[in-house]
Amino acid sequence: MDARVSAKIQDVFEEPACEHNQNKSAKEKKKGCTKQLSPGAAAGGCAFDGAKVALQPIVDVAHLVHGPIACEGNSWDNRNSSSSTSQLYRTGFTTDINELDVIYGGEKRLFRSVKEIIEKYDPPAVFVYQTCVTALIGDDIEAVCKRATEKFGKPVIPVNAPGFVGPKNLGNKLGAEALLDYVIGTEEPDFVTPYDINIIGEYNLAGELWQVKPLLDALGVRILSCISGDGRYREVAYSHRARAAMMVCSKSMINIARKMEERYDIPFFEGSFYGIGDMSETLREIARLLVEKGAPEELKVRTEALIAVEEKRAFERIAAYRPRLEGKKVLLITGGVKSWSVVAALQEAGLEIVGTSVKKSTMEDKEKIKELMGQDAHMIDDMTPREMYAMLKDAKADIMLSGGRSQFIALKAKMPWLDINQERHHAYAGYEGMVDLVREIDKALYNPIWEQVRRPAPWDVVAA
Amino acid sequence: MATVIDSKKACTVNPLKMSQPLGACYAFMGLDNCMPMMHGSQGCTSFGLVLLVRHFKEAIPMQTTAMNEVSTILGGLENIEQAILNIKKRANPSLIAIASTGLTETKGDDVDGYLNLIRKKHGETLAGTDIVYVSTPDYVGAFEDGWGKAVLAVVDAFAQPCEVRDDHLVNLLPGAHLTPADIDELREMIEAFGLQARVMPDISGSMDGHIPENFTPTTLGGTTPDALRQLGAARATLAVGARMDAAAAAIEERCGVPYRVFDRLTGLAAVDDFLQHLSQLSGRPVPHKYRRQRSQLQDVMLDAHFWVGSKNMAFAAEPDLLYALTTTAAEMGAHVVAAVTTTHSRVLEGVPCAEVLVGDLEDLETRAKAGGAQLLITHSHGRQAAERLGIPLHRVGIPMFDRLGAAHMLMVGYRGTRELINGWANIFLADEHQNTPQDWPLPEESRRAASGAEATSCSTGGCGGSSAIPAVDVVPDAVGA
Repeated sequence: MDARVSAKIQDVFEEPACEHNQNKSAKEKKKGCTKQLSPGAAAGGCAFDGAKVALQPIVDVAHLVHGPIACEGNSWDNRNSSSSTSQLYRTGFTTDINELDVIYGGEKRLFRSVKEIIEKYDPPAVFVYQTCVTALIGDDIEAVCKRATEKFGKPVIPVNAPGFVGPKNLGNKLGAEALLDYVIGTEEPDFVTPYDINIIGEYNLAGELWQVKPLLDALGVRILSCISGDGRYREVAYSHRARAAMMVCSKSMINIARKMEERYDIPFFEGSFYGIGDMSETLREIARLLVEKGAPEELKVRTEALIAVEEKRAFERIAAYRPRLEGKKVLLITGGVKSWSVVAALQEAGLEIVGTSVKKSTMEDKEKIKELMGQDAHMIDDMTPREMYAMLKDAKADIMLSGGRSQFIALKAKMPWLDINQERHHAYAGYEGMVDLVREIDKALYNPIWEQVRRPAPWDVVAA
Repeated sequence: MATVIDSKKACTVNPLKMSQPLGACYAFMGLDNCMPMMHGSQGCTSFGLVLLVRHFKEAIPMQTTAMNEVSTILGGLENIEQAILNIKKRANPSLIAIASTGLTETKGDDVDGYLNLIRKKHGETLAGTDIVYVSTPDYVGAFEDGWGKAVLAVVDAFAQPCEVRDDHLVNLLPGAHLTPADIDELREMIEAFGLQARVMPDISGSMDGHIPENFTPTTLGGTTPDALRQLGAARATLAVGARMDAAAAAIEERCGVPYRVFDRLTGLAAVDDFLQHLSQLSGRPVPHKYRRQRSQLQDVMLDAHFWVGSKNMAFAAEPDLLYALTTTAAEMGAHVVAAVTTTHSRVLEGVPCAEVLVGDLEDLETRAKAGGAQLLITHSHGRQAAERLGIPLHRVGIPMFDRLGAAHMLMVGYRGTRELINGWANIFLADEHQNTPQDWPLPEESRRAASGAEATSCSTGGCGGSSAIPAVDVVPDAVGA
């Protein structure tokens, strides 16, 4: 393994702020959090996928994938992370290496590719992503990027997370490391205010950040940099001047939050935009940290006033659905940690959670779920598709909320399903988002198609 | 006759192409009770899987050998062995079909050798499950090549001479560009002559979006293993698309079944030829319903030529699809102003355009713009280019992730050609320019001449567009500015 990549991985594995890590021995930590994958029974993306997911939402950067066509050709423009300005991040750039490149090395093609991109598209920076094949043949993307930066006078940033070093969430962190090493702290903002914050680990899927931003705007809190949703290169580069940071609960970029605290004295808290209670808590935490760092105390008062109005408004709107949703059973299958933040919101609408996945959840998450759902909470560690199908078919649930992967299990069982993962098209953040989520559940449950698709054909009905 | 050229760019921008192993796995999805698997890192499978899920809106069975750095360097024997045993245990498919990737090909894994060892070691455990392997490095060729190689690998693994020939049986080898609806249409045409069609691979059985009674982790529907062993019993092989040359020829070579490759089955003459061939094979006349459909198509061509004729159309697709689409457009009197494709093929020379470029969607955009294209025809990734060019996009091929009904799009036969042509005409109709008073402005020179103030000034007052404006002393250059 490239010594630099392996050092980075070890560094990421030892992340002290990670709750998983706090309970591990030194030896376990060294082994890392990469579960050994089981060939023939594995699912999920690779480290490259993870790095790309984490960084691609920086919208004005050219994201160049150095590798064969599979890595970009099979996957580009497939996320729903939104931009308010540049669309360059949605342009697919790849070196699409051929057999000769594999034999002679792809560094020259990479260098020429960077040159072509700068000449044609003139982005503020180019991010170069390493992949398995080019890593295996020994292409030194750090050296090429260094040379290109000197030659073209523009930041060309290597992102060294080839797919085969591990799973997607390791890639998230390796992508974050590239920002720490090459981007953050390299530029200065035009001005600063005592109300400047960073939001870390938020990807603005379906434009969710825009459900939250009006709240912050109203309070006079400025998002100095969102890493990385709807981000601009320059904003990330001067993010070190923020007063405080919020780390979105997915933890996918915990290393950025922690290292920025260490390097630039930017305190952070872990928060979530999902669920009414969580949203309010997040606003309170932002105000608390900013005040601690010198913002006027009255920010807290204004925050509480805003929370009171918004909560009331949201609850009133959700309560309207309660008569229709009361007692309906929900099966909630998510990546893990997000579960409990959604659980509370669903309960507010009168829905009953009959099971939730805890595959990636920590002990603490599980405790929280128990607290919310009661001791007999049905926590599913690893459900096979067949079991999920059976559970739905036997009508132990009325609707499944999950990611795109399992949607067909629900649909083929002729059960309502709602996408709550990253490929979704609806935004569910903040107070607005929860009202939308409940509205979508209602829409799904009460659609007239369910009765029709479940009804047998008349010729299949045995005459009574 | 087109000249085929390769892009000279170092950087591919907005890829048109998808990779070989994905094309191979897609072909494997047309085999019944099969588990396709990529031998590579788990990302290779995950990207391909997501792409096909988004295209078909169906669960996609596809596994991975989950190679990591260490196993790549040491060789993938152990991972393949574990993967096969795991799949056998969890899904018990009739067939495990493996495609290699860029990663394992760079290392140089001898998968055929591994499989021999694994079969020897686990013969009993694996009873009832066949294993097929195809070599498909990501850095060579494209999706369509992978499909072609996979079909050839299946022929190599299963086709055998059969003692008894079935005079009514024909093999149908569809190219990667045919949809489930296309395959259903062709099967119906073949059956209309009293023949029976054995389709291989048959994605119309597995990817057509039906609701099964039970949940299975493998493919559901498609060519059965028994049918694969009976490829040699057919009377003839009919293949659709030039990419199927090799597989059709291999069946003849191994089993003596004669073949004919139809480069396309879209377009009046192409379908005529196909039906004529079926009529000769079966000794039966062309059924009445096709005579009627033919006449309907002719009528649609007459109605649509007003809208499609002389239009500038820009295409980007894999070779077999590109050929079928561009020839049909040219037959309707349209101009093919750009033709971009993913990989080489003998069929490209027949594309009715001066040049066919093996390139990407940036090339398509540039050429469409230069050629004054009025319609862009490519897969869903063309949406950004179409938006920038301000022209409509007709979505064809894979992936089609921002529209529904990819599996049910019909483009072959008289009916499919009819649908395609009407589709184009309707796009042009919807996009038709409404004339406005500003559409035909007179040039500066004419206006000046009409004003009677040729060289010096605008004395009649007519040049400003309003006689109310009194004559002023204007320098001619500034008039109307």
